[in-house]
Amino acid sequence: MKVAILQFPGSNCDWDAEHAVRDVLNVPAQRVWHKAALPAETEAVIVPGGFSFGDYLRCGAIARFSPIMSDLIEFARKGGQVLGICNGFQILCEAGLLPGALVRNDCIEFRCLNQALRVEDSNDRFNQAKMGSQIALPIAHGEGNYRADEEVLSELEANAQVLLRYVGNPNGSVNDIAGIRNEAGNVYGMMPHPERAIEPHHPCQDGLPVLKAFLDPIRKNNPIELSAS
Amino acid sequence: MTDQAPAALPPNPDPCLNVEITPELVSQHGLLPEEYEDVLKILGREPNLTELGIFSVMWSEHCAYKNTRKLLRLFPTEKQDKDAIGQVLVKAGEENAGVIDVGEGWGVAFKIESHNHPSAIEPFEGAATGVGGIVRDIFTMGARPVLLTNSLRFGSLESAQVKRLFRGVVSGISHYGNCLGIPNMGGDVYFDDCYEGNPLVNALCAGILRHEDIQRGAATGVGNPVYYVGPGTGRDGLGGASFASRELTEESAEDRPAVQKGDPFMEKLLLEACLEMMAIPGLVVGIQDMGAAGLTCSTCETASRGNSGIEIDLDLVPQRETGMNSYEIMLSESQERMLVIVNRGRERELEEVFEKWDLHAARIGEVKEGDRMVVRHKGVVVADLPAKSLTDEAPVYDQPASEPVHVTQARDWAPESVPELSADGVGDALEKLLKHPTIASKRWVWQQYDHMVMSGCTVEPGSDAGVVRLSIAGIDKYLAIANDCNNRFCYLDPYRGAQIAFAECMRNLACSGAKALAVTDNLNFANPNKPEAYHMLKECVKGLADACAFFDVPVVGGNVSLYNEHGEGAIDPTPVVSMVGLIDKAERVTRSFLSQPEEEIVLLGDLPHEIGASHFLQTQFGKKEGRVPEIDLESEKKVQGFLLSQISNGNVRAAHDVSDGGLLVALAEMLFEKSELGMTVKLDSLGASGRLDALLFGESQGRILVSVSQRDSFLQAAEQAGVPARSIGTSDSSGRLKVSVAGDEILDSDVSGLCEAWAQSIPKLMMQD
Repeated sequence: MKVAILQFPGSNCDWDAEHAVRDVLNVPAQRVWHKAALPAETEAVIVPGGFSFGDYLRCGAIARFSPIMSDLIEFARKGGQVLGICNGFQILCEAGLLPGALVRNDCIEFRCLNQALRVEDSNDRFNQAKMGSQIALPIAHGEGNYRADEEVLSELEANAQVLLRYVGNPNGSVNDIAGIRNEAGNVYGMMPHPERAIEPHHPCQDGLPVLKAFLDPIRKNNPIELSAS
Repeated sequence: MTDQAPAALPPNPDPCLNVEITPELVSQHGLLPEEYEDVLKILGREPNLTELGIFSVMWSEHCAYKNTRKLLRLFPTEKQDKDAIGQVLVKAGEENAGVIDVGEGWGVAFKIESHNHPSAIEPFEGAATGVGGIVRDIFTMGARPVLLTNSLRFGSLESAQVKRLFRGVVSGISHYGNCLGIPNMGGDVYFDDCYEGNPLVNALCAGILRHEDIQRGAATGVGNPVYYVGPGTGRDGLGGASFASRELTEESAEDRPAVQKGDPFMEKLLLEACLEMMAIPGLVVGIQDMGAAGLTCSTCETASRGNSGIEIDLDLVPQRETGMNSYEIMLSESQERMLVIVNRGRERELEEVFEKWDLHAARIGEVKEGDRMVVRHKGVVVADLPAKSLTDEAPVYDQPASEPVHVTQARDWAPESVPELSADGVGDALEKLLKHPTIASKRWVWQQYDHMVMSGCTVEPGSDAGVVRLSIAGIDKYLAIANDCNNRFCYLDPYRGAQIAFAECMRNLACSGAKALAVTDNLNFANPNKPEAYHMLKECVKGLADACAFFDVPVVGGNVSLYNEHGEGAIDPTPVVSMVGLIDKAERVTRSFLSQPEEEIVLLGDLPHEIGASHFLQTQFGKKEGRVPEIDLESEKKVQGFLLSQISNGNVRAAHDVSDGGLLVALAEMLFEKSELGMTVKLDSLGASGRLDALLFGESQGRILVSVSQRDSFLQAAEQAGVPARSIGTSDSSGRLKVSVAGDEILDSDVSGLCEAWAQSIPKLMMQD
């Protein structure tokens, strides 16, 4: 296996992520139950969207205590590639793998739409040259309002850790932040769903370069043939 | 067991056995004296309180369809054409949901169900558990749910109370469905004073499964263990089924304990665990959800279907409240629970799956010889009944019917009673219609629903039908779903109104490129004991049944909700028609919006000419009156067939049916996805009515607007097919909608202004307290 897609009780974008990576990007992928160990051959991990543990207490607050999380933290500490999407982003924040937190949308309601986003020049993998300056990706969340204290925010900005910003902020996120990475550049988190914008029947295919950027390091020796680009 | 007559064991550990059954108690349980006589005859003795409760819920309208069962037999339940796609694999009434074939060994299970009364009292929980219930019906069949949709009806959105209900219902649906991760494709929402105090909340779920994986809700195999799976039983939802079978009153708020509380996370676990369990070959014998009437309904229905007896012990039922008696345990409608019968000796396989998902799996009984449903509690028998007496022997009624005066009046209505609209009033009339919440954009609703999860959303809500790709089945086919029911039409002419609901629904599918396969219907009506209400119910069912037969589109399941009355008023008859269609090629998926300038717009069908029963009469004069438009099923079939053939040929860019609000509203709506576009429309005459209002705002049936790539060949093909067609306009980049009739300009409006009125109407209303 190359890409492990974590499955918590209440995950509901686990199949979508697996389908995107395995069937569309042609990279081996497999769902891994939260009570299992992270398989030894894992090269990248996606923490998918959903409502892990029903979002009880706080989004992601219970999932961070799942058995697999110690493996995930170890994997990330060793430089392993991790992407958290939507609820996955919330879990990574709760687990301390990414800074900040996600709280209730300022409009109070759930929002599902194809959202315009500005791509930031974050690093050599994630930048405007690779993806274009503006893309659109579906969002679907009730708690995507990114919050961090002043110190964390200025660090994020100073280190170019912001990946994506909302164009027309749907949830009140500070600095319009839709996605960030850690300082080391191996842990990514975003509220938008790149896996929902990759196939011909989707509203657009802007999710392809985003997923490719994430999978880049594990594709080096085995370039991916994209079937849907 | 029958020799252990419960009454013979005083003093009793279960208080339900010591209660004297008085006529008042019988009446409080909604049973008529003659129905109670039947109970006595069936048992050969007096029931105890628990047994009385069991009869009460099983013989309620909600479970037994006692006032509608005869009428429902009018619906065709299978296809006449045995070679057509969409053969019925599981028929209406056989199981928890019907199943149809969609080819390549795949089937689709789908059904609609109402949660009207609970939503009137507790809108958030009522609507949420409505979603939960219908989703369980689908995965009980062994299907993976792939889409949700809703048909909602509310009173006028000006009222603060209606806003509270609307907001609560939408957020309840959003909360539950989003957590489950099943895309909600929106659906239809109407606002009309008749729903004041009695909103309608109908929820539909569709799922996909392999033919060989269809599960049955039957308890068979003597000695096979009966399992209870899911969270514990509490006192919530006590007697919900009988609550749903009464009129709403001021005191209904006191019924709040009859409204269940939902937990979508539990349902998600239950869904995954059940599908995982059902994927184990040969393990599951029967499975049934504990929906209305909970443990009662699931035990007696599985036994009845399996021609078996069943015995359960309530001491083994997981409980989350203490001191519950047998009446409470049997009648609780606690959510997210299932009854499962597995093959003896394989219990461990079931238990392992539920352990993985951290859910209870309690063995509470077993399948027995004979035909009795026996319930034990604290060591004594608390119910001992013939299972079939609760299901097959429920009373069936044929109520007296009489045509209401307003229906007779509507037939004799003359359009001359309405002053004619002049050209300078067109812009204002159009804006009023676009702002009416029934016609205005429903984005406020569906942007709260996750319609993109499961990666299949192909046509998002807001077009004529929602379309999802069946990616999860690994097939390149598309499922389309549409709901319809114009209550104004059904109120004024129930037979015709129901036929129009069917035809419009099917037309919506055709406009999306989908071939209609089958129907699930939700019959929402008033008190059937009132002859006028029963007449409208009967006529609607006849109209719908005749349309189903004509188009060979069978009914594979549905729901009946009666007693939709509140205070002095009753709802208009609302037979919601939901239809599933199939699109077999990606390029045939069609949307209702124009995307570029210089698209040619063709109107299929003659110029509209009927103003009766229209929304225009409502928004302009506040009137719900008039003759309902004609519906000619033969020409409807022709026009839809022609549209589908042109879509297959690749000659159609967009298609939109002319319905609520009429021709001008439909033309404007086609521009609203890209409001920088404009359109010049030239209508050569006023049409058959000679009236501007009837032409522009009349709701004549069988009309479709089509944007075509090859105008001349399209018109030629229409002529050959005998379908009236005329080129009426062209899109441009002017940002203006210009309309002329017989050479006279009657409208020149800014599209972005019209779009703003349409898009912002509901959000603005919802922002005012």
